[in-house]
Amino acid sequence: MTTLASPPAVPKIQGRMRRRSRWAGWGFVGPFMAVFALVFLAPIVYSLYLSLFQTQLVGGTSFVGLDNYARALGDPQFWDGVGRVTLFLLVQVPVMLGISLLVALAIDSGRLYGRDFFRLTIFLPYAVPGVVAALMWGFMYGDRFGLVGNFNDLFGTSIPDPLASVLLLPAIGNIVTWQFVGYNMLIFYSALRVVPVSLYEAAEIDGAGPWRVISAIKVPAIRGALVVATIFSIIGSFQLFNEPSILQSLSPNYISTHYTPNLYAYSLSFSGQQYNYSATVAIIMGVLTMLVAYAVQLRGMRKEA
Amino acid sequence: MTIRHHRAVGALAAASALALTLTACGSGSDGGAAAEAMSPEDISAALEEGGDLLVWAWEPTLDKVVEDFEAEYPNVDVELANVGTGNDHYVALQNAISAGSGVPDVTQMEYYALPQFSIGESLADLAPFGASELDSTYSPGPWGAVTEDDAVYGLPMDSGPMALFYNAKTFEKAGVDVPATWEEFVTAAEKLHASDPNTYITADNGDAGFATSMIWQAGGHPFEVDGTDVTVNLADDGSTKFTEMWQQMLDDDLVATVPAWTDEWFQGLGNGEIAALVTGAWMPANLESGAAPASGDWRVAPMPQWTAGAKETAENGGSALSVTEASEQKALAYGFLEYANAGDGVATRLEGGNFPATLADLTDEAFLAEESEYFGGQKINEVLSESATSVVTGWQYLPYQVYANSVFPDTVGQSYTGSTPLADGLAAWQQSIVGYGNEQGFTVGE
Repeated sequence: MTTLASPPAVPKIQGRMRRRSRWAGWGFVGPFMAVFALVFLAPIVYSLYLSLFQTQLVGGTSFVGLDNYARALGDPQFWDGVGRVTLFLLVQVPVMLGISLLVALAIDSGRLYGRDFFRLTIFLPYAVPGVVAALMWGFMYGDRFGLVGNFNDLFGTSIPDPLASVLLLPAIGNIVTWQFVGYNMLIFYSALRVVPVSLYEAAEIDGAGPWRVISAIKVPAIRGALVVATIFSIIGSFQLFNEPSILQSLSPNYISTHYTPNLYAYSLSFSGQQYNYSATVAIIMGVLTMLVAYAVQLRGMRKEA
Repeated sequence: MTIRHHRAVGALAAASALALTLTACGSGSDGGAAAEAMSPEDISAALEEGGDLLVWAWEPTLDKVVEDFEAEYPNVDVELANVGTGNDHYVALQNAISAGSGVPDVTQMEYYALPQFSIGESLADLAPFGASELDSTYSPGPWGAVTEDDAVYGLPMDSGPMALFYNAKTFEKAGVDVPATWEEFVTAAEKLHASDPNTYITADNGDAGFATSMIWQAGGHPFEVDGTDVTVNLADDGSTKFTEMWQQMLDDDLVATVPAWTDEWFQGLGNGEIAALVTGAWMPANLESGAAPASGDWRVAPMPQWTAGAKETAENGGSALSVTEASEQKALAYGFLEYANAGDGVATRLEGGNFPATLADLTDEAFLAEESEYFGGQKINEVLSESATSVVTGWQYLPYQVYANSVFPDTVGQSYTGSTPLADGLAAWQQSIVGYGNEQGFTVGE
């Protein structure tokens, strides 16, 4: 009977509890949200705000609406940079992920002698700070006193200076590959480790060879990791900055101020004081990266399903 | 003196600050101080009373100057901060000015960058503090670079009159005479390169400072600035003289296209493969530290001339100290400037290896008689001082030269990769300069 008499009370209590738990949830994510808003949302909002204005050395600041966006979309220097990173993306990312996958499979195969040593040494370049890596490779690429110069002297070849020729973009790709193969290898390797051993046993009983195991079990099992690594790499390619920026002092005539979109945004704001236009370039580039990454993710997911 | 300081070209230009800024002195928070004329007594009073001064500079010899200054005026506390060299410094300064906080009282300012900041109303006019009376203290080049009409935007700290620095050993080995004209320079370059294919008379990978100084010496006036009206003509007679001669050097592969200030560059200077440099008077200290193996081999000669027998030079590099418009103690800041760049500080800096901008020191007998061990005992200051007094007058930099120099490799630099003639490279540079200027609200004509 009491249960019949008191129904209204139950939802009330539940409601209060729900309300309280709702706030408790916010309490837990609060610290994160605060930092997120401060270091992520605020800069984006500020960039959006900046991109709607124009500041001149003579004449001050004025509201220009979407003029900056129109200008960027028709700016050959911007598209030159976008084209370059796109080419970089199409060539370097498959090469890098291919090598990473190969190494991860080799390590996972259990047939490798000194597996842990191998894994560690391949990962090691990732531990070298990007700036140091670019400097180091910059020295090695020297065709007078660097490794390339030594190679030419020793074998009588005439490899041109990688930093002052058409080899520049491949040379940068080489640095990035060297640095990130280990990182991606670890992602793939850890995904491979969680594949149930029983699947391999079943495959063996069915008479599948090692290549068959790879193509039918291992690669499909780590598709999620492949998609994630691809998205990371796409973002990394579009944001290419460190390597060209460091190598610029060694090869200023080949690495222009608009060599990559990020370098362009940097030059615009730091040597041209065009903060507004720089913010616009950064936003367009962010949106572009998001679109490409999202498309890849959608495609990756669909296959997975 | 640090490396990037020199790389960025300074110059003694009749600094082209805009007339607009001249009226701006009263706008700061303590505007009154700048608007009224102050007597030397007022300055001394401010120094005695004391206070805190923030100085942003990368010039290393200032450390000692600050120490001595604080000993002389115990009530003044100077904080000397190095926020970066060259462009990094200007970025930090521009950010502080935009933010309106943390702006230093005193800042180092290369001559080529000064107009960009005086036009932005960021630097205080020092004329009301009595700076105008120092006009005969400095050689005309640096003084022209810090003044605009009656306004004075800084006191010169050092200067970079150009000369020919050459490796006498390499020249002797190839049997080449020291060139006195640019024509002889080209001939010498051919002979040197023919005697040893690894040897080049000089290195140049496209340097805005070098190119503008060369055009300056050749009598060109590619940049003319009057208020916010700017005229750019990088195809005038002076520019053409330079491009024709230098194009020949590039076509015949007589210039090592090694970027300046890299390891390779210093190695070349040290082992004799880069046999000469035409650059500013601040170079000796850099050679001593960067090209030590060639000690005793290098000599200094006057800058090659366009007409035999002439004595015309240009400036390359050098900087001043300026007081910011945002400073709340301009009188005190000016007191420091005067001490460092016109008073006792000058001798301290010269001891540290600075090349002076002060006339008295440029003609000082002890200074001229100094023998440099690195230069095989040559009295190099005689040559360099002579150059300081022969600088071609009337040169102006753009009011946004910092930006213009940053896009130099994108445009003129392409001529060094062999893809376009130098004259076309300069035309592309001009296009960038005109485009940017108009965007920034200047009226830029060609």
